[in-house]
Amino acid sequence: MTAAPLLSIRDLSVDFVTPRGRVQAVREASLDVAPGECLAVVGESGSGKSQLFLACLGLLAARAATRGSARFQGQELLGASAAALNAVRGTRIAMVFQDPMNALTPHLSIGRQLGEVLLDRGLASPLEARERGLAALQGVGLADADSRLRQYPHELSGGQRQRVAIAMALMTRPELLIADEPTTALDVTVQAQVLRVLRRARRDGLAMVLITHDLGVVAGIADRVAIMYAGRIVEIAPVRELFAAPAHPYAAALLEAVPRLSEASVGRLRSIEGQPPAPGEIVQGCAFAPRCADVAEICRREVPSLRPGATRAVACHAPRIRPDLES
Amino acid sequence: MSDPLLQVSGLGVRFPVRRRRLGAPPRWLTALDDVHLEIAAGRSLGVVGESGCGKSTLARAILALVEPHAGEIRWRGAAVRRSDPAGLRRMRRELQVVFQDPFGSLDPRMSIGESVAEALDALEGLTESAAVRSRVTAVLEEVGLDPSLARRYPHELSGGQCQRAAIARATVVRPRLLICDEAVSALDVSVQAQIVNLLSALSARHGMALMFISHNLAVVRHLCDEVLVLYLGHVIERGPRESVFSAPRHPYTRALLAAVPEPDPASVPAEEPIDALAGRSGAAPARGCIFQARCPRADALCASQSPSLVEAGPAHVTACHHWPTLEAWPAGSR
Repeated sequence: MTAAPLLSIRDLSVDFVTPRGRVQAVREASLDVAPGECLAVVGESGSGKSQLFLACLGLLAARAATRGSARFQGQELLGASAAALNAVRGTRIAMVFQDPMNALTPHLSIGRQLGEVLLDRGLASPLEARERGLAALQGVGLADADSRLRQYPHELSGGQRQRVAIAMALMTRPELLIADEPTTALDVTVQAQVLRVLRRARRDGLAMVLITHDLGVVAGIADRVAIMYAGRIVEIAPVRELFAAPAHPYAAALLEAVPRLSEASVGRLRSIEGQPPAPGEIVQGCAFAPRCADVAEICRREVPSLRPGATRAVACHAPRIRPDLES
Repeated sequence: MSDPLLQVSGLGVRFPVRRRRLGAPPRWLTALDDVHLEIAAGRSLGVVGESGCGKSTLARAILALVEPHAGEIRWRGAAVRRSDPAGLRRMRRELQVVFQDPFGSLDPRMSIGESVAEALDALEGLTESAAVRSRVTAVLEEVGLDPSLARRYPHELSGGQCQRAAIARATVVRPRLLICDEAVSALDVSVQAQIVNLLSALSARHGMALMFISHNLAVVRHLCDEVLVLYLGHVIERGPRESVFSAPRHPYTRALLAAVPEPDPASVPAEEPIDALAGRSGAAPARGCIFQARCPRADALCASQSPSLVEAGPAHVTACHHWPTLEAWPAGSR
């Protein structure tokens, strides 16, 4: 990548202090998001994928301890003052979450909420704010945008609400959108519509971090994929390279576990035996070793570091492909 | 052909909707309308459709948890009626259910072992402790849980372990039919694969029939012999798995299949997905085809006449006027 990264995360760790002890939610994560790029972050529940980006935005609970660095266009976000973060959050970096009802205020009309995004920041006059709200609703493909402005969240379906939440996130024309499981709660037909909206925003040059556990969604929209397991990034690769030949055994197993519609062969799904370490559980060596088909003796002693290659990076002692040795 | 375990004919379920004013005529929301289905011993039926299509109401009607206003449900030849508690008790020994949220279906104050043992007590009257213990141990092993987990409580287990415990509790009485209502939807993909494999193994080993309700079409394709597609409470297509997935005969089924994002960066996503189901499911048109508002093929005939289910292939039925002229479904594609 030649362009300077938009978001650059280095050695970011998040610990939660709980009554039962310290829980390491994210461990030494490093990644870059280039301008205009869509990076998908994939992992199972508890893998730390949401915590990583909440930490970047200073949105974690007070009992979380964050170390490392997260720079947005060169500006350090970790440890930044609330004022400095507020200048970035919701303006230059926007977020969309799984449940759109939590992003919308039930007693304010859609038009009012969309307008407030700009009015509160002094970015537009009331008339301009209304115009841009209307344009934003049309941009996410909502029919009758004009009358939608007067409606309240409860009058909309789940998919419509999620599209309003995306419209709201895009009001300030952010450079980066962080979308955390934006389609997980939706029916497939609604999901297809929301993905179409996100793809259109991408074509307009918006960079995106898409946090998801759905590899089907990833394949349709992402440029690169980061796979997380037990708080660590275990592989980062361009989407086609990853789906064609995953290097990390966990990435490979995950791809094989997904049931496919197009597959004529029906039978046992490949499953990953066992389960990820429980929160707070300390695993010696590689956290995936107890479930890994390719486990070697060194895996149980040493945590593999994320070894970068030309286009991809993998954290494994015995990867299926050695990205650093690829020609 | 053996006699079907479960026969549902002409099933209709509706719920009262609040009246606009006192004295106004009662209004109803139709959740299911004229649903027919059969499940034979050892077979698996997948039920698919969007939220609000009546999938879960169908399960609840079969379990006699809601009262149908029309039609009949027969379990092994005998009619199931809510007014016949003894008959219901007999049926429930043979018909078990697993829901989406395993934490919600296990009593948080009972250990896993107690939950499973309770099913034995309630449905088989088995209380003798050595016999109970050996059955509990056997079923936990069968679902892939370490029997030592019998002493643990639901909050101490992961989502996947809890779902295995719920399956253990449902299958310990050796049901002839297991109804799974979105039983793998809340699980991570690696755990989902484990549970799908477990259900298919249990079904094969004990000849247990499955009714698998899901919005995940790919999982249904893996697990089920037959597929039934529901739309606004109506069966709009039903047929053998291969026939429905490789040659869908209803525009709605096609739209559903096309909307599934495939885990393959080379597959091009459908650029023009059909409009999503807008608003509440009660918004059925007064006349004509139930799907007309969203259908790319809708015409005057669809607006005036409701299509009935017609044979479109061996054991394959569809409710579409235009099924013979639907374009060929691309072979080998989704």
